[in-house]
Amino acid sequence: MKELTIISGKGGTGKTTVTAAFAVLAKNTILADCDVDAADLHLILTPTEISSADFIGGRGPQLDSEKCTRCGECQRLCRFDAIDFSEESGYSINEFACDCCGLCALACPEEAITMVDTINGRWFISATRAGKMVHARLGIGEDNSGKLVTLVRQQGKLIAQKEGFGLLINDGPPGIGCPVTAAITGVDLVLIVTEPTLSGMHDMERVHGLCRHFDIPALVCVNRFDLNLINSQKISDYCTEHNLTLVGEIPLDPVVNKAQVARLSVVEYECGLVSQVVREMWDKVEKELNL
Amino acid sequence: MIIAIASGKGGTGKTTIATNLALVTPASQYLDCDVEEPNGHLFLKPKISDKRDVTMTIPKIDEELCTYCGQCAAACEFNALAVIGKKVMVFSELCHGCGACMFICPEKAISETTKIIGCLEVGKAKAVATDEIDFAHGVSNIGNPLSPPIIKKVKKLVNNDCFAILDAPPGTSCPMVQTLMGCDYCLFVTEPTPFGLNDLELAVGVARQLEIPCGILINRSDSGDDQVQRYCQREAIPILMEIPFDRDLAFAYSKGEAAVIHSQSLREGFQKLHQRIVAEVEK
Ligand code: SF4
Ligand code: SF4
Ligand code: SF4
Ligand code: SF4
Repeated sequence: MKELTIISGKGGTGKTTVTAAFAVLAKNTILADCDVDAADLHLILTPTEISSADFIGGRGPQLDSEKCTRCGECQRLCRFDAIDFSEESGYSINEFACDCCGLCALACPEEAITMVDTINGRWFISATRAGKMVHARLGIGEDNSGKLVTLVRQQGKLIAQKEGFGLLINDGPPGIGCPVTAAITGVDLVLIVTEPTLSGMHDMERVHGLCRHFDIPALVCVNRFDLNLINSQKISDYCTEHNLTLVGEIPLDPVVNKAQVARLSVVEYECGLVSQVVREMWDKVEKELNL
Repeated sequence: MIIAIASGKGGTGKTTIATNLALVTPASQYLDCDVEEPNGHLFLKPKISDKRDVTMTIPKIDEELCTYCGQCAAACEFNALAVIGKKVMVFSELCHGCGACMFICPEKAISETTKIIGCLEVGKAKAVATDEIDFAHGVSNIGNPLSPPIIKKVKKLVNNDCFAILDAPPGTSCPMVQTLMGCDYCLFVTEPTPFGLNDLELAVGVARQLEIPCGILINRSDSGDDQVQRYCQREAIPILMEIPFDRDLAFAYSKGEAAVIHSQSLREGFQKLHQRIVAEVEK
């Protein structure tokens, strides 16, 4: 089984638009939406839920104020300023600031703090017109998105292996942090979707750095390439210089948003040149993956 | 006054809005908290006067004192320690620097050392008017999974006498929450598309949980449908500004140029935005 992850560094370059189109074009694939922070793939693929489960991301502290003697030890030790105090309600944990490190639970002389499993989100297996999809919703303000990405990918792999699918396509998260690392480690190929803006280029270099750090082969695609032809040329030069294949240049066209509003991928909605370029891109990616 | 400029979805123009707002607002401070992808400097082109490393603490084991009892590894919630035979391994990329292992070690065999996870750059940028913008951003090193400590360092620089603009990371997870905490107001930048709305709803959820008042700016307001407007109406969230798609502006952005430098009408638009934010905060 092969695994492809689509990332961008900078958000909003059209990563999910490309993923949704690839999902529809690929004949033998399972999908995993690894952008668990702001999952959008479901808006195009309109999944029907088959099963779902809680995501237990880790443990978090629970303070029993009955047992607390207000000694203040926990507050003094916590390195994340996550323990509040007020005269009326005593010591309490600020969930948003808490890093769930467990030090307060270890330190409390009264055993008033215990670490309990925390539900950080929910994950789903769904049916879509493009194949089965694993996706998730991270609770608001929750951490551990890296862990949830790993879980979503693993479930996608399991289904692909069990049901004999040859490919898993992961819609990756933005950025270069922990969730991105979780979405790309060990995959066969990464496609970086960028745009010819300084930010797009800057971030492309950073995610490319991450791919090199993990020794993962990468391809590049430029979205809205005609917005700035000079920058598109620079991206092309960067690719040549770093031996990266530039698999496609998608033109800027408002029709892409129309397709999104119609809940269709750009290869299902008539998007003219955009549809054509994305199809050609998919052919190249397919070859690169040796499918 | 501390204002966060955020967006659930990336690429809606958050940095464009934050930098342009900083450029037209008197006594403004621009602090880029999007430390994984800090891009504000591309538009503000600040003169950096000070650069410092951001470090975190990681444990250091004194093998002379260690009895390999394994308590440190059991205490670590992040699996950053492993005791294998007569060896304690520290996986520093998993460590959160919490100090639990050092606290628990019965032999006092653990001390701490520091590791560089990124840097902080501080300087001044030229504003459209006469004055200067206080600029700072954090930059997370490639491969560093922990951005909150860097964000905290950036936020320490907030000057409450200024109009402090925090450029927040995208999404709704820990780094974004870390940025929003303690802000007086949050402006969400969105697009009128299904993706934009979906991510906006999640982001508004964060502001509500943190009890931070918020408003919306719709960018490329003519490019999708009217669902964002309807949502704002339903939820009684004020729309502070709408900016239609403009190819020239998009082109200026692509070159790293701030829109307000070229367009008189946008300059006025952003001045109005500043006034509306101030009015909202003072409500
Ligand atoms: S350490 Fe325990 S007893 Fe002391 S203030 Fe904290 S919770 Fe209460
Ligand atoms: S678990 Fe850690 S971060 Fe959370 S309150 Fe306790 S000591 Fe602080
Ligand atoms: S807790 Fe201290 S003595 Fe025990 S294994 Fe860890 S470092 Fe060694
Ligand atoms: S400092 Fe905390 S996270 Fe780091 S190794 Fe020690 S217990 Fe684990």
